[in-house]
Amino acid sequence: MTAPIRKLRVATTSLAGCFGCHMSFLDIDERILKLVELVEFDRSPITDIKQCGPCDLGLIEGGVCNAENVHVLREFRKQCKILVALGACAVNGGLPAQRNRLDLRDILEEVYVTEDGLARGSKIPNDPELPLLLDKVRPIHEVVRIDYFLPGCPPPADAIWKFLTDLIAGRTPVLGHGLLHYD
Amino acid sequence: MKTSNSEVSAQANARGARAKAARPAEANNVFTIDGREIPFEPGQTVMQAALTAGVFVPHLCYHPEFRPHGSCKLCTMKVNGRPTTSCTLPAAPGMEVENNTTEINDKRRLLIQMLLVEGNHFCPSCEKSGNCKLQALGYALGVMSPHFTLFYPVRPVDASHPEMLLDFNRCILCELCIRASAEVDKKNVFALSGRGLKKHLIVNAESGRLADTDFAPTDKAAEVCPVGVILRKRRGFAVPIGKRTYDLKPINEQADRFKPLTPLPKEEF
Ligand code: SF4
Ligand code: SF4
Ligand code: FES
Repeated sequence: MTAPIRKLRVATTSLAGCFGCHMSFLDIDERILKLVELVEFDRSPITDIKQCGPCDLGLIEGGVCNAENVHVLREFRKQCKILVALGACAVNGGLPAQRNRLDLRDILEEVYVTEDGLARGSKIPNDPELPLLLDKVRPIHEVVRIDYFLPGCPPPADAIWKFLTDLIAGRTPVLGHGLLHYD
Repeated sequence: MKTSNSEVSAQANARGARAKAARPAEANNVFTIDGREIPFEPGQTVMQAALTAGVFVPHLCYHPEFRPHGSCKLCTMKVNGRPTTSCTLPAAPGMEVENNTTEINDKRRLLIQMLLVEGNHFCPSCEKSGNCKLQALGYALGVMSPHFTLFYPVRPVDASHPEMLLDFNRCILCELCIRASAEVDKKNVFALSGRGLKKHLIVNAESGRLADTDFAPTDKAAEVCPVGVILRKRRGFAVPIGKRTYDLKPINEQADRFKPLTPLPKEEF
């Protein structure tokens, strides 16, 4: 029997994203069985652990659109040795950043107050539990240092697999033609 | 950034070989790129000779049917130790040119990143994705991130024309549409306005709207944009994502060398 290797500890989260990158991650299909021999998951939608402990690797889906996103991103940066921007929204803001050319108050007014078909008396939610929205959606490299970027909307499962296996094997991840996509 | 040892030694070898070999006069129209001998015809630029010889040269503002513009700087090479745009530099015998080195490609990656953050480049919702030269060069050179702080400029689209759409968010100011409209179509539909960060593409009409010009989808200017600004309406996804030009083969494997290269008129230099 070979000596048990220490498994890499991996955390993942979705900030201002649509969970598409996490779905693409799960699209590695049965290769996930091979992966769990090499890694174990910390905070992640897969485990439902709420606080990130010390990790080797953190995968961040989505940019930052509210104060909670910034808080979680900073927690990940503190706990993860290697932090990765996973997917278009983490890399450049992506679809949520399409709101950046609009005024935030105008958006909230339209969605909660002036839009047709709203319940009578509908107003902009103001519960202290709700995270404060940022004026603009920003990519995560503008908030914390990011070690690797994996573009794509979402990055294909094969790209995520190639990236992870390169990294776990101690190689600099290289995607190459067909796997490196901005779309 | 230092060049790697192998790059340095390749140049030294090329230098030594040339010093020894006495060449017949007609073979003198030769220079080297990364140590490889490149023949040229008098009047050709370094870029034209390189493309003819099958050397990949990243470029955005160059188009084989137009006079070189020298604005995007992606074709920059180091000629006898000095960085120069290869699309504007006439080839000369004995030049020692560096092209595919880490040092130069790092600079090219920075240029692409600057172009990406200056505009709004959201490839997942761009009809040009897969056919876009900026994107394809990003792939070929391994640009993984925007690196810089994004500008998120506000640039409204012009959808006034019945058949064509202008999405200014992606304009890289290469002036190809301006040159095509003025020189080939003789219509002068486009122009640049403003300076520095405020420089932007405008439509030559009092209203500023494309619908109020004689622009037509058959114009040369309608086909030259290297990125996703000048688009045909109602053509979205005619070719699906994944089956487009640079999805099939990377841009460095489909360089412009198969297109006719126009030698430059003498007075250009
Ligand atoms: S123009 Fe090119 S780089 Fe810009 S969004 Fe479109 S496909 Fe992407
Ligand atoms: S619209 Fe296209 S062709 Fe015209 S200047 Fe902009 S990028 Fe170049
Ligand atoms: S191709 Fe030479 S500067 Fe643009």
